[in-house]
Amino acid sequence: MVPTSYYLVLSAVLFGLGVVAFIFKRNIITIFMSIELMLNAVNLAFVAFSRALGQLQGQVFVFFVIVVAAAEAAVGLAIIIVIARNRGTLNVERVDSLKH
Amino acid sequence: MTLQIAVFLILAAMAVAGAVSLILQRHPIHSALSLIVVMVALAGLYLLQGAEFIAAVQIIVYGGAIMVLFVFVIMLLNAGEEERTNMSRMARFVGVPLGVVFLLEAAYWIARATSRMAQASPQAVSTRDLSTLLFREYVFPFELTSFLILIALLGALVLARREDSD
Repeated sequence: MVPTSYYLVLSAVLFGLGVVAFIFKRNIITIFMSIELMLNAVNLAFVAFSRALGQLQGQVFVFFVIVVAAAEAAVGLAIIIVIARNRGTLNVERVDSLKH
Repeated sequence: MTLQIAVFLILAAMAVAGAVSLILQRHPIHSALSLIVVMVALAGLYLLQGAEFIAAVQIIVYGGAIMVLFVFVIMLLNAGEEERTNMSRMARFVGVPLGVVFLLEAAYWIARATSRMAQASPQAVSTRDLSTLLFREYVFPFELTSFLILIALLGALVLARREDSD
């Protein structure tokens, strides 16, 4: 029996790595992937609590999170395609027309 | 050390290694493949917790559909390696300590807060119970998600369409 705290610590570590990747990466696609990593970390915490409390609601929430993540990925990647077509770059630091 | 904890540690090491690799790789396609490793490891962890349905959905939707979309866009845009800038060098000196402090703090407080949590009796969660809950109590949110998917589909089509095609 793996203690619930192990899962929660792993979830926190994965979420933190997602935050670090979000801050570090310059490529807009990789930044998007780090958001998916954070969503996955939250899902792990949901399932761990669902098992620890003996309730199924947590798993239903994970299901909804996955569905919303799929919709978000479709729209977000379409926006990335438009940005790449208009600006000719995927580097977020070069998407700075509001600054100039 | 029981077998379950050993399996947990292996899968957790896989997930963390994949996440670290996502940060360290410079090419987006390598980051995407690292993220697939994380997702497969998480599916294993869901199985370990008795959430078979979520594990299957994780593999099919995340590992399959979403990551294929990512890889497809990377290939479509012919994304190359990240370029280094002054800002990214600055982020290294500020971001690494900040990230490490955040990770340690979060792990410490979670471990402290939940170590006394009562261990509920492990009960097998059947997919039948889950679907009963999903289609009785949560049937309205479930139907809403189908609308959300439809709107996202239309939005993606409208956004990614070429301007000159209309």
